[in-house]
Amino acid sequence: MTATAEPEVGKARLRKEDARLITGRTRWTDNMSLPGMVHLAVLRSTMAHARIVNIDTSAAKEKPGVLAVYTGDDLDPGGAIGMPCAWPITPDMKSPRRPVLAQGTVNFAGEGVAVVVARSAAEAEDALADIDVDYEELPVVLGLENALAEGAPLVHEELGTNRNALWKFDSGEAGSGGDVEEAISQAEVVLKRRFRQQRLVPAFMEPRSVVVDPTAAQLTMWSSTQVPHILKTMSALTLGLPEHKIRVIAPDVGGGFGGKIAVLPEEIMALLVAQKTGKPVKWTESRSETMTAAHHGRDQIQDLTIAATRDGRVTGLKVELLADMGAYLGLVGPGVPILGAFMFNAIYKIPAYHFACTNVFTNTTLTDAYRGAGRPEATFGIERIMDELAAELGIEPMELRRKNWITHEEFPYTTVSTLTYDSGNYEAATDKAMRLFDYEGLRREQRERRERNDPVQLGIGISTFTEMCGLAPSRVLGSLDYGAGGWEHAAIRMLPTGKVEVITGSSAHGQGHETAWSQIVSDQLGIPFEDIEVLHGDTHSSPKGLDTYGSRSLAVGGIAVVKASEKVVAKAKKIAAHMMECAEDDLEFAEGKFTVAGTDRSTAIQEVAFAAFMAHDLPEGVEPSLDSEAVYDPENFSFPHGTHLCATEIDTETGRVRLRSYVCVDDVGKVVNPVIVEGQMHGGLAQGIAQALFEEAVFDEGGTLTSGTFADYLLPSAADLPSFTTDRTETPSTTNPLGVKGVGEAGTIASTPAVINAIVDALRPYGVTDVEMPATPMRVWRAIHTGETAAGGPGAEAGGGLGSIDANRGGAQ
Amino acid sequence: MRITVTVDGTSYTDDVEPRTLLVHHLRERLGKVGTVVGCDTSNCGACTVHLDGHSVKSCSVLAVQADGSEITTIEGLARDGQLHPVQQAFHDNHALQCGFCTPGMIMQSIDLLADNPEPDEHAVREGLEGNLCRCTGYQNIVKAVRDAADHMRPGAGPEAERVDEATGSRTASSVGGGGE
Repeated sequence: MTATAEPEVGKARLRKEDARLITGRTRWTDNMSLPGMVHLAVLRSTMAHARIVNIDTSAAKEKPGVLAVYTGDDLDPGGAIGMPCAWPITPDMKSPRRPVLAQGTVNFAGEGVAVVVARSAAEAEDALADIDVDYEELPVVLGLENALAEGAPLVHEELGTNRNALWKFDSGEAGSGGDVEEAISQAEVVLKRRFRQQRLVPAFMEPRSVVVDPTAAQLTMWSSTQVPHILKTMSALTLGLPEHKIRVIAPDVGGGFGGKIAVLPEEIMALLVAQKTGKPVKWTESRSETMTAAHHGRDQIQDLTIAATRDGRVTGLKVELLADMGAYLGLVGPGVPILGAFMFNAIYKIPAYHFACTNVFTNTTLTDAYRGAGRPEATFGIERIMDELAAELGIEPMELRRKNWITHEEFPYTTVSTLTYDSGNYEAATDKAMRLFDYEGLRREQRERRERNDPVQLGIGISTFTEMCGLAPSRVLGSLDYGAGGWEHAAIRMLPTGKVEVITGSSAHGQGHETAWSQIVSDQLGIPFEDIEVLHGDTHSSPKGLDTYGSRSLAVGGIAVVKASEKVVAKAKKIAAHMMECAEDDLEFAEGKFTVAGTDRSTAIQEVAFAAFMAHDLPEGVEPSLDSEAVYDPENFSFPHGTHLCATEIDTETGRVRLRSYVCVDDVGKVVNPVIVEGQMHGGLAQGIAQALFEEAVFDEGGTLTSGTFADYLLPSAADLPSFTTDRTETPSTTNPLGVKGVGEAGTIASTPAVINAIVDALRPYGVTDVEMPATPMRVWRAIHTGETAAGGPGAEAGGGLGSIDANRGGAQ
Repeated sequence: MRITVTVDGTSYTDDVEPRTLLVHHLRERLGKVGTVVGCDTSNCGACTVHLDGHSVKSCSVLAVQADGSEITTIEGLARDGQLHPVQQAFHDNHALQCGFCTPGMIMQSIDLLADNPEPDEHAVREGLEGNLCRCTGYQNIVKAVRDAADHMRPGAGPEAERVDEATGSRTASSVGGGGE
């Protein structure tokens, strides 16, 4: 790799993206206005499960400004269109058709039933009230175990079951480890725990929005999406449209967090209505629509069994999951819990492992990717049960982890779930985190508070985590039956004036790719940071890509940029040699200049770009262009890791939890931009902590989402969160040329168990062994008192069971 | 109803439906799309603008209520190519990621600093409680607001936005100047 005098990679560059975002010169999809544009409003089912007897749209059609009202049967008379699911996790996975608008039955509250087309958004919205839908109620299926119970009503009668799929991994069968049943039967200590991952709402700040222009040469769709390239191909496949006649643009996108990895019924609807009416159409959802209609995340019941020796060596882990899919399958929904299969064993050397996940249909909003997707669930499960095991064995919880984790000398290490971790140093991150946290000091204070029966108790929570980033080697995705590869594309255009356009298939929505990619290319080509423009999110300029999710952009897309840069340099070298009348082998490339070895004769790459543009005098057979592209398929995942430590103060009289301090030391490999990395950590922590303390999508017994607005769903504000202490250690990834790993999800994955472990740690003397999430003051108070009621006994009951949630009856009740 | 509002220094007269929210008037009629809508329950604060020198959630004000008023949006803060110190501080401190909450967050921060020129961390967090951000975890936003306070003379916000201690009221004026 070439380098400028001071490498750009590693520099704390402020972001290029900010200029327009801080001045309001933004291009959100909803800002778009086109000549003759009409607006869509979707009527949504208020029932969670019902047969549609009749839909009367006649009155709505007469309303002022209304051009048309369509039902599912109007848009798709043959019932042929089904929203795509790209991840059939097993050959026998049950896959019900998800129509664009409900046809025959509605299966969750929030499902679209009809769409109004009107001259203004307000007129479209007004007319919704005049659509008369006659429903015949069907029994509502809520809660994972309820849905699987004998004789349970069915979400989809025609499937004959609410069971979507059963996916298993067994180390004994795979040959990657021993037989877990044997490990359990021979174990000195066996511990079983049930944990619950509540349902969450991704809650990106920009509501989803779609504009379709059928008057352009290509059918052009702007969408607030994370996945413009996937959306283009999937739109073609879903509607049978010729793919080359579709252009998709993701302009400025206001956050995603997995919530915008989807192909929406509303996107397909907009394509259909635009073609039917011949007019540009726009659909922008209200926040209340987002809450019920956009996919949710998490929602699992986790049954874990861990086997260990008395002295704290883990000998086996068995994981049995129930995962709520909601009423239909999202784009990658069925695969989300399966990603956890590779992460429950985490950073530990576990000799025998079994994972089984049953995906279940219920009459709820569908679930799909949400920041971390499968890995936060796994990390929560293992980190919680490690603390429980430590308590059971009377071993200090960090000590227990040290006894079991992969030491830094042991890398590369192939885990019991068959992944090969290329690098890491758990000791280094942990030591640094414990120092910054003053672990010993806080343990001392904890003892003191316990001794003096302080009503405010101190708890210390640990989460030592790893994750798999950089989704993904295509062959691995193939082995998991995923419906696409995991490569990424990049191209570099060397402009005649020496400026550079970088094209990336990654599709940023807040991550800062424009800045980071500029830094990478600046180092690679020796071109000033300011002279580089990064283009993305439009299938015209960025023709190829697999988009942004799973912390893949840098570790896959960023490497594609490196590979494309290398091709530019190789092309330029031939021309430079010709220009300077020397052999290619005599040239050295550094800091943007080709220098004849041992001389001071040099040519800048910008001069070579101009020579290529002029093309008056190029070597024989060399094309007049330095432009290059590359498609990079990673050879392995990358494995960021870190140690997160959380101290909570709990008022045992009120159940209030205060985060006293939060320290994390993360190893995300080489860092391109420390400012951006730190920002990703902060945001990730906030979301993970919010799962632990605040957020939950709650349904009532009729299947209505009762936390269906921002007034009811507790997104933390600035006043609810503390400042975090974030730091890093750096073990470069050995499987990509930049040594990078990925950082987008780390904070979310690691922080949730750190907080809950801290709460349980504070309350262990009260007999508390779990507090269900979110750990509201009421739940915490209840957990304390349940422990007391059990007269200092084991406190086997969770602190949950309040409100509308009862873990014993399953997930979203 | 016919209303006249001055937005970022330009006067506009329009007929509006009485039910039209100020934010919709700004976005849909006046093309002021820098101000955005993030929710429908007045929780997120993404639509925050200044109305006669006070921050308001423009989804909670009817356009007709703004008749005769001066409104400053995120688009009107920079003057002569010079960013407002709070805008500059948001950039300098990486206080935004996707940027959707940013217009409201910046407008609310200016209001906060007008009331309290030297807020401590707690005061900033409390002062921004009505504005939600999903990307940053707020840490850099808090840092940016305090940094902006340091960079501005005491009372940095536009002079007229400050609460008059004696009367406890603020005077209306054009607001949002570039760091006077």
